[in-house]
Amino acid sequence: MAKEKPGKLEVTSFADHHVITQPNPLRKVLLRVPESDLDDPVGRAEKALAGLSGEFKNWMTIEADRLSAAHAAILRSGFTDDAREELFRAAHDIKGDAATFGFPSAGAAAESLCRIIEHAPDLDQVPSDLIRHHINAIQAIVRERTKLDTAATAGVLSRSLRGIADEFLTHANRDRPEHLEAILAPSIIPVE
Amino acid sequence: MYRIDFNKLRFLICDDNPHMRRILRTLLHSFGAREAYESEDGATALEMYTHYVPDIVITDWAMPIFDGLELAQMIRQPDSKGNPYAPIIMLTGHSDKRRVTVARDAGVTEFLAKPISAKGLYQRILNVVANPRPFIKTKTYFGPDRRRNTNNAYIGPERRIGGEMEVMQQPSLLDKARSSV
Repeated sequence: MAKEKPGKLEVTSFADHHVITQPNPLRKVLLRVPESDLDDPVGRAEKALAGLSGEFKNWMTIEADRLSAAHAAILRSGFTDDAREELFRAAHDIKGDAATFGFPSAGAAAESLCRIIEHAPDLDQVPSDLIRHHINAIQAIVRERTKLDTAATAGVLSRSLRGIADEFLTHANRDRPEHLEAILAPSIIPVE
Repeated sequence: MYRIDFNKLRFLICDDNPHMRRILRTLLHSFGAREAYESEDGATALEMYTHYVPDIVITDWAMPIFDGLELAQMIRQPDSKGNPYAPIIMLTGHSDKRRVTVARDAGVTEFLAKPISAKGLYQRILNVVANPRPFIKTKTYFGPDRRRNTNNAYIGPERRIGGEMEVMQQPSLLDKARSSV
């Protein structure tokens, strides 16, 4: 593909580090073109993504059901390492995917759940309702999306859950400054 | 003006979520890429990395058993037989600053927080293609230069030493960052 033979490495050595440079191995894929020949790859990709949108509801339902299954396993057997990991990964996937799939409030609720799993000092001490409400909210947001007033309700719901979760985590981590700092730190994702 | 000939780029995608792999594949193909190999865990991705020699790696962070951070660390082995210099784009649902630092210290080239957008992915790819950074090798780090800018107003200790040899005892930045995660 774009690879030529790797260019010759040039190494400059300093007392405690080396700086290694090589000719850009990908320079051949950069094409100089007149402005009139520039196409719009981002626009093309956005259209292609929109073409997938008919599948998003189904995908989101699958992700929400995976989360519920992970929670059901915990209710049966408790917070084993594997069960905790699966609950976290299922919530984390929703956190990352939901906005792309058109369910940003489900993503926000999933993020709140991820924070509980990551920062609660002892998951067995987390009120079981707090976790259950997050999962029920995500399920409701995904399944009731077609109702007219759902978007506003979903936003209120996810913000309320986040507020309650943050209050719990702030109190539970009052003697754990490194966690407290992480809980209170702003996200790197700009608020829209 | 420049554009990227995606047709000549080979990608390796690593994400355990099949829906996200489908999204990534769709985006890359619509950019014009023809070769995008996929794996659902870090161990398989490492094998594919050695076998297919991709130009660019796009990896998730949280995956079972062998995650994206470990994949980056395995690729960034300066004495490995494979290519330790390939750009790695970490695409992850993690969105806090300390995670960015941990990823950076593992040798990740670009960090892209989900939710994914066509524009965000394109910009990261353009950056690694058009603006590759030199690599830095120290006792505790091998990867792209973590200094993206020169700050002439910087006041503080110089952490890289030139001139005569002087050994600085310091804990691994990666270990330090990981212990705080």
